[in-house]
Parts: sequence; C-alpha cells; structure tokens
Amino acid sequence: MHIGLFIPCYVDQFYPQVAVATLELLEKLGHRVSVPPDQTCCGQPMANSGYERFAKKTMDLFVQNFAEFDYVVAPSGSCVYHVRKHFDIIEQTPEVQKIREKTLEICEFLVNHNTTDTLQSSFPYRVGLHESCHGQRGLRFAKSSELVGEPFSIIRQLLEKVEGIELVNLQRSDECCGFGGTFAVAEEAVSVKMGKDRIQDHILNGAQVITGTDMSCLMHMEGIIRRRKLPLRVMHVSEILNHSEQHEPSV
Amino acid sequence: MSHPSEAQKFVKNENRVNWHDQSLWHVREKRDKAANLFPEWEELREKASQIKSHALSKLDYYLEEFEKNATANGIKVHWASDAIEHNEIVFNIFREHRVKRIVKSKSMLTEECHLNPFLEKHGVEVIDSDLGERIVQLAKETPSHIVLPAIHKKRMEIDELFQKHLHTQPSNGDANYLTAAAREHLRQKFMQADAALTGVNFAIAETGEFVVCTNEGNADMGVHLAPLHIASMGIEKMIPRYEDLGVFIRLLARSATGQHVTTYTSQFRKPREGTELHIILVDNGRTVQLGREKYRRSLHCIRCGACMNTCPVYRRSGGHSYQSVVPGPIGSILSPGIDMKKHASLPFASSLCGSCSDVCPVKIDIHKQLYTWRQDITRETNEEPAKQFSMKLMGWLFTHPNLYRKAGKFGRKALQMMPRWMVYNPLNTWGKQRELPEPPKQSFQEWYQQNRQKNG
Repeated sequence: MHIGLFIPCYVDQFYPQVAVATLELLEKLGHRVSVPPDQTCCGQPMANSGYERFAKKTMDLFVQNFAEFDYVVAPSGSCVYHVRKHFDIIEQTPEVQKIREKTLEICEFLVNHNTTDTLQSSFPYRVGLHESCHGQRGLRFAKSSELVGEPFSIIRQLLEKVEGIELVNLQRSDECCGFGGTFAVAEEAVSVKMGKDRIQDHILNGAQVITGTDMSCLMHMEGIIRRRKLPLRVMHVSEILNHSEQHEPSV
Repeated sequence: MSHPSEAQKFVKNENRVNWHDQSLWHVREKRDKAANLFPEWEELREKASQIKSHALSKLDYYLEEFEKNATANGIKVHWASDAIEHNEIVFNIFREHRVKRIVKSKSMLTEECHLNPFLEKHGVEVIDSDLGERIVQLAKETPSHIVLPAIHKKRMEIDELFQKHLHTQPSNGDANYLTAAAREHLRQKFMQADAALTGVNFAIAETGEFVVCTNEGNADMGVHLAPLHIASMGIEKMIPRYEDLGVFIRLLARSATGQHVTTYTSQFRKPREGTELHIILVDNGRTVQLGREKYRRSLHCIRCGACMNTCPVYRRSGGHSYQSVVPGPIGSILSPGIDMKKHASLPFASSLCGSCSDVCPVKIDIHKQLYTWRQDITRETNEEPAKQFSMKLMGWLFTHPNLYRKAGKFGRKALQMMPRWMVYNPLNTWGKQRELPEPPKQSFQEWYQQNRQKNG
C-alpha cells in the first residue's frame, strides 16, 4: 500500500512540524509514504468563498498529483471533506472517483486501518479536544450534539490510547470555533468572538493544550491565544499521537 | 448594509452578546433534553422530511384538495399571489365588516407582507397579541427571532417600555409584575377587537382544516372573542393527511423550546356559529423557490427556530443583523431567493459548521444550500470585485506549483523581516484581534527535500 501525503497549503508554509509529525506517525506504523512535490491546495479557499469555478484547475492538479496512490492521507478534516464532497464540479473520471473515495483524514485512516495498537505515544497533559465541524458533522468523525444516538468520537478514541493524557470535558462539546475560512476575515468581529468563547470553555475546564484535526481552526484559536497571552497552547492531533519521551518530533 | 457591519455593532457590547448567546444556548439545551427522550427522534425527522418532500411534489393537488374540503366546511378560501394581493384581500374583508380594531397572533407571513403598516395606513388599529411581538411592536422594532421575537431585549428595557406605553410603575424588571400588566393590557384589546388574525402552522388537505400553535393562548383568545377570523398561510404549510399532523406536532415544540407540545395546539375546521372564518393561501415567491431544485427543500421549514438557537453566528450577531423577516440560517437560504442582491451577504454569514442541518427537525440541508448560494451569488451579482480578483489570483497561483513555493518563501521571509507595525496594518483584518502564525524557517516541502529525498 502506497500513501500519498497531502499537506494543506497553509500547513506546508506555517506549520511544517504538523506535516512532519503526520509523516513520521505514518512511517512509524509501517506505512510507505510519499510526498508529491508539486502539490499545492485542494481548492477549498476559493470554493467556500463562492468561487468554486476558480478552483477547478486546482482540483485537477490535486488529482494529477495523487492519482497514482492507493490512499491520499491529509492532516486536515476540512480539506478531506472538500475533496470528498465538493469535487463533483470537475469531470468524474475513474481517477477522480477513486481519489474521492481514497482520500482520508489521518485519524480516520489510522482507525480504518487498525494499526493504532502499536502507537507508542505519551503526552502527560490535560488536553481539550476541539471537534472541528467539517470532521464532525461533515465526515461524521463524532456524533454531533444535535443528533440523537449513541455518542462516539474516533479522534477521542485515538487520543485515549496516548499514555498519560487527560482529556477534559467541555461545556459545549462541539461548538464551532469561528474560523470558517474567509469567514474569519469577512466576519472578523463574530469570528473572533466565537474563538474567544471556544477558548474560554477549554480554559475553564482546565485544558493545557487544545488539539484537533484541523490546523486552520487551531491557527485561528492560537492567534487569539497569543494576542491575549492566555495560558494555553494548540497542537495538531498528529503531533500528540507522534509524541513520546523517547521520540521527540524532529522539527 | 451587510451582515458583517450590523453584526460588528452587536458584538461590540460583549456583555449583551454573552447574555444573548447564553439565553439561546439554554433553549438549545432544553431542545436536546426533549429530543433525547425520544429514541426514534432521527426516524421522526426522516419521516417529517419525506412527508414534506411528498407534499411539495404534489402541492398543486393538495392545495386544491384543501380548498375543496375547507370550502365544504364553511371556510372562505382566498388566493394571493404576492404580498400586495394578500394585504388587499385582508383589507377588503375588513372594509366589508367595518373593522376598526384587530388583534393579531404571531405570523411571520404577515411580517413578510408588511401587513401592519399597510393596515395602520388605512386607519385600522393592529395589536400584536403575542407578548414578545407586542414588546417589539411597542418598541417600533421588528422581531429578532421567529419564535422568541423579543429575545434581544433585556427585562429592564421591557420595564421602561411598559412604563412609557402601558403606564406601569418602575418594577426593576419584575417579570411577574410586567406579565400581569401585559395581560391586563392585552385582555382589554381582545375585548375590543372587531377581528382576529392568525398565522397557520399546518393545513391539512384531507380534512380542510388548519392548526395554530401558541404558548400564550393568544390566538385562541382573539379568535374566540371576535366575530371574524382571518388566517394567513404560506402555501408550503400544507400537509396531506390528518395522521401526518402528529409527526410535526411532536417535532415542532420540542425543536423550538424543548416543550413536549405547545401549550395551545388548536385545530380550526369550521367557523363558530354566527362568525366568519377566512383563510388566505399566499404564494409570494414560494412557487419560484419550489422551481429551484437545489433550494426546494428550504420550503420544508416549519418555523421552529431551532437553527437560530443552535447557530453560533446568530447567537453572537443577533437577529436584526440579518435584516430579513426570517433571520438566522434558514433565513439566509430563504431571503436570497426573494432578493438576491439585497441579501447577498447572508449566505456568507456562516462558518458552514453544519449545526443547523443536524438540528433541523425536517432535515433541511441548510449549510449545503448556503454553500450553493455562495456560488450563485458571486456569479450573478458583481459585488466585491476585489474579492473576485484575489480568488482568481489564488486559483491561478495554486496551479503553478513553482510560483506557489516561491510566493510562500517570499511571504514567510517578508513576515519575518517586516516590523510589527507594517504587518499589523489596517488592511490586515486577520490581525485586528489575532496574531498571525509565526513563520517557520522552512516550509514542509523544503524540509522534506532536505531530510528525506536527499538522504534517501
């Protein structure tokens, strides 16, 4: 099985440590991973802003870059959501159809492939899990609080395998952080207020670290945390799963 | 005027925002409790959605069936293609009966038709009898929520409003005192009214009857006292059979307020002896929306308001920021269908978190329609040329990997070197209240080249 690693544009540029952790994690668990050099973006920023039509070529390039792999794995629920749910505006060639089926978010991939029992990670901190909306309600990684049924969360399930971790409970288990792509700029005032409230919930419940499947949500919250000098940090879930005292991430 | 600028004004008062957010979240929690008492809740939602889809697919048939059965019951049925026609029908009936004073129960449709100012212009006194609506009426405002019209008003503000208009004593916002005063005031109005107007929650084709749900009994109070009852209903409120009603009654109050059922769920089948009962079936753009396949499901809406209570944007921006009769997520997909240009900012007033779709008792795919509206709006209205340009540029850059890498490297370098005041300038909206990420020395691709491909 050959995996193509997709690293979202802003993670590539601003959070290389998240990409490295994702790569190392996959390799540690025995997977063969390649990083196509000409990858850029999945097209989501344009599409969510109402300019899907300007994203078609970016989507085509994504398909070109990843067509040869058995799976495409990305440390981002929202990019994966975009590939799976919004790539219907380009021609549905067999390649496109295969890519839409085989593109998975990293935690989803690990759970589906059941390789997590050999995870040897430890992270002795109190962690608040931010269930990002696109993963939670878009890809159904967790039962959303609006639906009636048995609760579950694959991210929580994975994090519970990490040694020493203490997952805190939140007052509002799955409220949006207010990032929302260009929403964060177009509706700056509401976006920041949503972010502040989200962070407050984590702080009140004793979290030292906020984690999640989407660096974009975390980037938005980190921006507020740093500006307000709050006693909290953000880490992508890959970083926590790849974290152990013997093996510090290399960036 | 757009949603962001109105929302920004509301957000400025952080205490008020927190209070508004918590009040609505409290309602959402009550809804969760009520829904979770039902193991078959999701099946019920599915069933409701299917009934609505079916009813809308044969709407012409059911409307005619309703007309036939209602007429046989002694109800006078009228048809209005738009708001103007609706208002004229109402006024003509009033003229015939020499109506001077009316009491109205809550009806978002009459808000949509701007009936109150029309009637007032013609010398009819209109009293909104739902307490929340009466409060906003006294304040000369519009409802900010479809179920809780005055949810944006604090008790002290209502106290002052009542002192001014109902001549109450200052009571420091004493809810019991204020409610008693409102009751006294409204009872007088009920006694004096020449006619009662109500909305319609559901109309049943099979039996030719309609259902009105209120918590205050105000619709019933008006209707039982007045010799004339006019009900206004949007044509999408039609359901086929009597047995379908239970599905919706179970979903409506639970979704709206967490109650098992509304306090008063009244079924009107025929006029009381010696009185007249009219119903006006209003289109006002609904058939156009019905014709738009991608937005058709928005007509499933039963106006429970659950999407507003759950929406993290609505809770923090307030209903008035939407500047449409129906605010919040559902309003943001209905309003552009009525006037796309005027409501162009609404589909963007969402983080697309999807909570609205999951909470919706009739399974409207609200957040997906918001996404679709965004595509239609940028194509059909030429607003924000700068945004269009930047999106085009971005799309172009992402298809030129070499340039993308160079631009990234340049951008990170620039961020590292520029002094703070240059980065955090007024054009940098992100940076108003947030830090930008700290630019790393290397991108991941650069790291990969250096550490993997060269070594391996």
